[in-house]
Amino acid sequence: MLARVAENIYWMARYLERAENIARLISVTANLTLDLPKGLKPIWSQLIAITGAEAMYSSNDYDERAVLKFLISEPSSQVSILSCLASARENARTIRDVIPREVWETMNSLYLYAKEQAPQAPSKRGRFTFLDEVIRQCQMLTGMLAGTMNHDAGYIFLRIGRYLERADMTSRIVDIRSSNLLPSTTATVATYENLQWMSVLRSLSGYQMYRRAMQLRVQRTEVLRFLFQSDVFPRSLSFSINSVNNAVGFLPNHEKAQLIVHRVKRQLDNAHIDKLKQAELQMFVDQLQIGFAQIHDELQLAYFSGLGSAVAAA
Amino acid sequence: MGINWKEYEAAGLFDEMIDQRNKPRSVAKALAKHLETLEGSELEQLQASADLTIKEMGITFTVYNESGGSIDRQWPFDIIPRVMSKREWDRIDAGLKQRVRALNMFIDDIYHDQKIVKDKVFPGDLLKKSKNFRKQCVGMNPKFGVWAHICGSDLVRHSDGQVYVLEDNLRVPSGVSYLLENRQVIKRVFADLFGDYSILPVDDYPSQLFDTLAALSPRPADYPQVAVLTPGIYNSAYFEHCYLAQQMGCELVEGRDLVVPDDDCVYMKTIQGLKRVDVIYRRVDDLFLDPEVFNKDSTLGVPGLMRAWTKGNVSLANAPGAGVADDKVVYAFVPDMIKYYLGEEIIVPNVPTYLCMKEDECKYVLEHLEELVVKPANESGGYGMLIGPHSTKAEREKFTQLIKDDPRNYIAQPTLNLSTVPTLIEGKLEPRHVDMRPFILSSDQIHVTTGGLTRVALRRGSLVVNSSQGGGSKDTWIIDEGA
Repeated sequence: MLARVAENIYWMARYLERAENIARLISVTANLTLDLPKGLKPIWSQLIAITGAEAMYSSNDYDERAVLKFLISEPSSQVSILSCLASARENARTIRDVIPREVWETMNSLYLYAKEQAPQAPSKRGRFTFLDEVIRQCQMLTGMLAGTMNHDAGYIFLRIGRYLERADMTSRIVDIRSSNLLPSTTATVATYENLQWMSVLRSLSGYQMYRRAMQLRVQRTEVLRFLFQSDVFPRSLSFSINSVNNAVGFLPNHEKAQLIVHRVKRQLDNAHIDKLKQAELQMFVDQLQIGFAQIHDELQLAYFSGLGSAVAAA
Repeated sequence: MGINWKEYEAAGLFDEMIDQRNKPRSVAKALAKHLETLEGSELEQLQASADLTIKEMGITFTVYNESGGSIDRQWPFDIIPRVMSKREWDRIDAGLKQRVRALNMFIDDIYHDQKIVKDKVFPGDLLKKSKNFRKQCVGMNPKFGVWAHICGSDLVRHSDGQVYVLEDNLRVPSGVSYLLENRQVIKRVFADLFGDYSILPVDDYPSQLFDTLAALSPRPADYPQVAVLTPGIYNSAYFEHCYLAQQMGCELVEGRDLVVPDDDCVYMKTIQGLKRVDVIYRRVDDLFLDPEVFNKDSTLGVPGLMRAWTKGNVSLANAPGAGVADDKVVYAFVPDMIKYYLGEEIIVPNVPTYLCMKEDECKYVLEHLEELVVKPANESGGYGMLIGPHSTKAEREKFTQLIKDDPRNYIAQPTLNLSTVPTLIEGKLEPRHVDMRPFILSSDQIHVTTGGLTRVALRRGSLVVNSSQGGGSKDTWIIDEGA
């Protein structure tokens, strides 16, 4: 497999996963506004913090409409759903010979749909249909790829890209959502804490699976343990990193990459989530994210440079 | 009320479907009858559905605009197919094979002994001024003596009913992917028509292309490593490069994916390090192929590629230098080549061509600019042409000067009244001019596509069919009337 092609597949998968995650995040936050008591509003600026795009956000306006425009349709924002889908499509376009034709056609029509609908999507009425459609189409693409593409080296890079992005996004959502989802007014804390954790789970489509797997009421420690360490929930950090680990194992000359993945995995497995207070939790997430970045750097060096890890290591 | 052929204005034209008495030609009967059952609005719906299919399939081509940017445009497609009988096509098929055999013998001769020049059949000084003669190729021996492995020859039918070859594209001819895709689109929108007709399939091309390329491998191997070399996503034919690589199941590479180390072999950079490449179907022009030999600033090519080719460690299709026969002046000599190399008469004739390099013919051209089409020898895509009957006085004066300055670079041909095919224009069928580009593959065997890419000038009266200049395309049906 060509080094450049491997890299394009990897990024296509990352952008697709990112578009889907951002759609989920917006959808749940918007849903939460409907459940909150009058006078309480979720802090929309958090969504921008989660995507790590504060620097790109040029407006001083952090109201619902401005933030949603930035995250859905703003072409200059590299994290908007529209630009993620455009990047996924652009990567797919350069590897049209590798991905199944139906996948390209679906990705192309998803992009065309988003381009047409995104300007209306920030409105209250248009939003849910749009976000649902994006999520559904992304899931469909995942299914089509699994069902029609050769599970060869290209597919391995696809999986690595998807799960690395997912791990990264889940860790960001937990990081920011666990701290201050709601303004800390005394009246709200007790009554709406559950609501907060339910919304975290829902951003990851994890509420139902949490109830099945944990059979516990929704509370901080259990939710965190579920999102970090569940081996069965496909959007948890452990599950994602295990998937990266399995995929990396199929690559040629993978020893060095696997060492790094193993280290991240150990950090996750050994963490005492219940003991982590808010500040420690954030440090822990920072540590994990450094690990994700190191995994990416090693992939870049060993596979995307085209010289092979033997040469790259020398 | 469906389509009424009585209202179709084909008078004075040669229409491929409807004759001068407004009756469908025998080969087109079933199609014409089917169209009679359709309202204009239904045709519009079918057209819209085809356009949507094309949009979703992502069939595009790229045009360059003046600000230097490029836009991906959808492939303009008209749903009314062009039909031709298998009987007529078989003769053209034989003519194209004959032509390409002679052209390859000519190229091989030119880079070796130049017997054809010594025997005074072809004027040698033409080569001195040829833009596409590559001195680096002299003495090279590509496998089977074949230089032009993929050739796209443009065919036109004049109002006299005769099919002529208008030009041969031997460098990096494009369009075959649209030929194949058009059939996919028409199958989706016109499914019920395929039952009435024995329309010959076209889908064999990618396998034939792969076989043609694989046969060129310099190493004996069960599965030679074939790659398609593209200039990248900004090239107007990038869609096609992808498409062909995908259909053949081989790698699509850019120049930066390939290296030629000291062992003079070509390798591609893979996730496992370097991997040897045997055959490259290159869609990069000669002059950009290798900065060590040609254009030094080229970032599209691969340094050392010519070194590897000269040593016989890699095959390039088409071979560098094949373009020497892709020249509108050389074209005029094809009938002589066929006689000289094959001892045969040309089967599908050339369009009569005046060479401005010959004094008497040049004089005639300058005196008859208003009636003629003047073309530069080495341009493609319909650029740099003068269409006499549609020209202004200023344009004719400009061309008079151009021809006088460089007669070798110009030829002129009578203005052909290209045949027409009914085309959907605002809910009505109107005649529009067409040409056709079949593709001919040669290595150990010769294959011709079944029919070709039919291009149509969508503007009324226009003869310019190039997609970069407002042309569209149609599906081409070769119909076996005996079946």
